[in-house]
Order: sequence, then C-alpha cells, then structure tokens
Amino acid sequence: MSDKTSRRNFIKAGMAASAGLAGTGARAEGDPLITNVQPWAQELGDGVNHMPYGAPSPYESDTIRRTVPWLTADSVSAINFTPIHQLDGIITPNSVCFERHHGGVARYDPADHRLMINGLVEQELIFTMQDLMRFPRENHVYFMECSANSGMEWRGPQMDGVQYTHGMIHNVMYTGIPLRLLLEEAGVKTAGTWLLAEGADSSGLTRSIPMEKALDDCLVAFKMNGEALRPENGYPLRLVVPGWEGVTWIKWLRRLEIGDRPWHQREETSKYTDLMADGTSRRFTWEMDAKSVITSPSPQMPITHGPGQTVITGLAWSGHGTIPQVDITLDGGVNWHKARIDGLSLDKSLHRFYYDFVWDGKPLLLQSRAHDSTGYIQPTKDALRKLRGLSSTYHNNGIQTWAVNAEGITDNVEIS
Amino acid sequence: MSRFLKTLLIAGLLASPAAAGKLNLGRAALPAEVAAWNIDVRPDGQGLPAGSGSVIDGEELFTDQCAACHGDFGEAVGRWPALAGGHDTLAEERPVKTIGSYWPYLSTAYDYIFRAMPYGDAQSLTPDEVYQLVAYILYLNDAVDEDFILNKENFTSIALPNTGSFRLDDRDNTEYPAFSRGVCMTDCKPSVQITGRAIKDTASNTESE
Repeated sequence: MSDKTSRRNFIKAGMAASAGLAGTGARAEGDPLITNVQPWAQELGDGVNHMPYGAPSPYESDTIRRTVPWLTADSVSAINFTPIHQLDGIITPNSVCFERHHGGVARYDPADHRLMINGLVEQELIFTMQDLMRFPRENHVYFMECSANSGMEWRGPQMDGVQYTHGMIHNVMYTGIPLRLLLEEAGVKTAGTWLLAEGADSSGLTRSIPMEKALDDCLVAFKMNGEALRPENGYPLRLVVPGWEGVTWIKWLRRLEIGDRPWHQREETSKYTDLMADGTSRRFTWEMDAKSVITSPSPQMPITHGPGQTVITGLAWSGHGTIPQVDITLDGGVNWHKARIDGLSLDKSLHRFYYDFVWDGKPLLLQSRAHDSTGYIQPTKDALRKLRGLSSTYHNNGIQTWAVNAEGITDNVEIS
Repeated sequence: MSRFLKTLLIAGLLASPAAAGKLNLGRAALPAEVAAWNIDVRPDGQGLPAGSGSVIDGEELFTDQCAACHGDFGEAVGRWPALAGGHDTLAEERPVKTIGSYWPYLSTAYDYIFRAMPYGDAQSLTPDEVYQLVAYILYLNDAVDEDFILNKENFTSIALPNTGSFRLDDRDNTEYPAFSRGVCMTDCKPSVQITGRAIKDTASNTESE
C-alpha cells in the first residue's frame, strides 16, 4: 500500500472513531480503530536509520518555540518562548529551549573556539575545547529564566498564553567544568573579587559576576541533556549561573576577566536593572525568586473534555533552592489545596506539580502559589506592584490567574 | 556535628572533582592576544584606549552609521533604543530610559559602542570614532557644547545625571521578610472579582499597548 492510501485510510478510520465516540458510547459494531486491522499494524514501518537524528512525530508539530514580533525592533536581537503548555515532567527538550540573542546566533567550528582567562590572575591562560575536555566534569539540572519573563504583565494581563507569559524559561541537565577549577588553574589574585564573562557573538555580551558566586556553583558547560549545546544556546561553550537571571549565563563564552570591581556593562546598567516607582533603580538583582504557573489548563490548553476527572499541572521553581510546596486554588484564592509535586525535587530546578480533581463544569479561577526552601512564598502581582510600581520590567514572579469558563475556554485574567 | 552530617560532608568532598593543585591544562596567553580581546572599559576609565573625538565629527559619523535605527537626534526609529532625551521621566507612567536620562556611567556607552555597534558590524570603529560618537551622544543629551572634544584624559570627568539613583539589590530587606509570613489556606477572602483580562491573540497581533 502506498503512503497516500495508508494516510487516507488513517483519516477515514480517525473520523469514524471520533463519530463513534461523540455519542453516548461506542456503537454496537465497536470502534473501527479496534475492529479493523489498521495499516500500521499490518505493514512494515520505517527501518532503523530512517532518521539518523530523530525528530518528534508530525502530529506534535505544534510543540514549537514561538515569538512575538512586536516585542522587539527586529528578529535578530529578539526572544522566543518555550512551549511550556505542551511539555510535561521537568526537562526541557533541547529543540524547544527558548532563545534570546542580542546579536544573533554565532555559528562557528568548535575547533576555532578559545577561552581566555585574563586580568588579576597569576597566569593569563588560553584554552581550546580540547583542553577543556580534560578537566573534571559535573552534571547538574538547572532552570534558566530570563528576568524579563512575565515582564509584559507588569501593567496588567496582556499575553494570551502561558508560552508567552512564562515561556522565557528552560530546564536542562548541563555537563560542564566547575568554574572554580578553571579559575584555580589561572590562580586568582587576592584582589580579584569580580569576574567579567564575555561572549564571542556579535553583541560581545558581558556581565559582571562576584567571585563568591563564581567559586560557588557556576559551571562552564558544553553539553545540555547529554548532547552538545545547541548553537542558539551558546555552542560550543556557555556559562551556567544557577538560580540567577538568564542574561548572566553568557553564551559562546570566550573570556573570563578577573578584576577588583564590577564593570557596569550595558546589560547590567541600561538593561536588567529594575526601575522603581520613585524613579530610582535596583541593580545586580541576580537571583530569580520563587515562582510557579499552571501550564494546563491555560489559554493555549483549554479543557476540551467537559466535566469530570481533570488534571491541573504546572511548574514551580526558585533561584534560592527547592520547592517543598505548591498550593492550588480553583476559586480565585478563597480556598487553597496542596498540589502533588511529582518527580525530582532538585536545587534551582523546575519542579512539576499536579492537582487531580473532578471538575463540575462551573467556571474556575485557577492560581498556583510556590513555597521555596527558604520559606519565601510567591507573592501576588499586586503585592509586587505595591513595592516596585509598574515600570520594573524584570523579576515579575507574581501569581498568575487563569479564568476557565463553562466551556473550558481559558483566559489570562487578574482578580481582586 | 552529627556523625551523619560528618559522613555526608566527607562523602561530598570525595565525590566532587578534586581541587588538588593545578592540572597544567591550557597555555599562557600572549600579550597581543589579551590586548586583542580585553576591550572592556570600566567607569574609572580602566580600559579606555588613547584617542579623542569631537561633537562635530561625531554628528557626521552618527548620521552615517547610527541614525537609521537611533534617529538623527537619538530619538529612535521604531522600537530601536532612544539614546537621548527622557530626562525627568523615570518616575512617570511611561519612563524613557536613554543614555542621558538613565545610564549611570558614560564608560558603558564607550564599551558598548565599540563592542557591539554598528549593529551587524561590531568592533569595526576606531577609538577616535568611538570618542566622536560618545561626544555627539553627550551633545544630544545637552551634557556638552557643540565644540566639545572628548578624549581619554577628560572622559572620567563627565558624570551622567542618573548615577546616584542606582542602589544594590535590597530584596533581602524590602521583600523577603514580607513574603515569608505563611499563608491562608481556607476562607481567605469574602469574594473575588475579575479586574482585567488579556485580549485574545495578543501574541500574533502586529501592535500592542
């Protein structure tokens, strides 16, 4: 049977099946998907090397990064969003990790990559990728969130989907070298209290990082989820700064300079600083505070099955530690229930939560509220606005509300 | 310390990569290599190269290389960043953050223009050209006169008006205690109203706000 015929049969069978299930139950003759032998159960499928580097099923072609053209001046220095509404568990597949570039994706042969350590060190050093592969390695799962995630919601509900309100985040297992080991190789001088990390891309992105953090848990990573970093995530080498805003995680990492004070670079002064209502600004707001969001139902994931057993699921994370508790409300915060956190609970990693319940078909006002291991509890957006005003842009970790109507259609709202 | 904790600590030390001295990997960086990549400039002037540039020369270069995105007077075209104006708007509803109104240090402008501008042709300007552009941007922000010449020597004498408005992250004091006070789980409020709703299909709309 040709591909065309088998596809036609498949569509016919599918239509018959939906027609059968749309009624009160299966028709007497039964579900044709079961009672008829299906082509995929009869004919041989693709051979082993049909696709040497795999790809998702064509039926999952909607699980993609999406961008919002009007957010940025052009599509190069721009951002797109992880389809968190369609994912489950805690690990983000490499192909859909959100991208934020300031000068586009630098693409070059890793054989041409060099990492320099200069400044206040005993010996200024150059490493090739081959040199770096000889250092001891570690593996860690960390979330990476752009501090502008949810930034469009500061003035009120705006984006029509959790991918857009919360999708500047991914969670990946990194393989890399503890930054401490590289710095020890160069020998940091006593006066060396700050580090400048610099990218090799056309924005030459730079951030100042205090030595205490550099020596604590930063990694210089070359793998994500077991395979080489993707070009859009900094191939061949990136900095991993656990719990800290994404812009500090320098991609295409080419240089680490040691100094005795911060550099006050563009992405830590004119951008990524938090303007308060009184016109003053906070700078070096590195840590990402505890946050959670329900990923389904959400505007892109309405409830389509009608009343009955229903799964609410979402993500929670904190740049300060783990998430021991997530609360869920169905009624806009009158009553709260503890959600079930499932799977791994790792430091500075996404946590997956579920709340299984029987939906009576009445409208819902859904929220989630994360507690982190320091005792901090995710605040409301209004509580943040009260302290910071409306122009902060960054670090909006306020509680998100979804309104589900009787048809299951879900909207981004705010409530009293 | 409990025995359990001690065992954990020892196990942790053994399990993490050893820090037993140098691994003798990599090679010494040559002075020419460090000079080529060490392009950062700090507020105290460290990293500024020798050179100078006038407002007059800056105007011509800016019109040529920058105005297509930033506008003839740094007012911005489309959604590209404005470089001038916006003074006294930071506490307003729609703050305009420019080099003149918001940036704390002039060194950041020098550093960034050489490092990343012109957009798509980074690191192509000479030191004199960068001094010219920074001088012209100062002029656009009414910080210097039209006959001003900026150079390595007078650079750090230029202060930007918003320098004193930045403070270190104070969430430790201003937010974390308030947001660590426990939660209500039942009958937490008498009623709930929807106060705002996102417009459908915002993400694919061509304009917003």
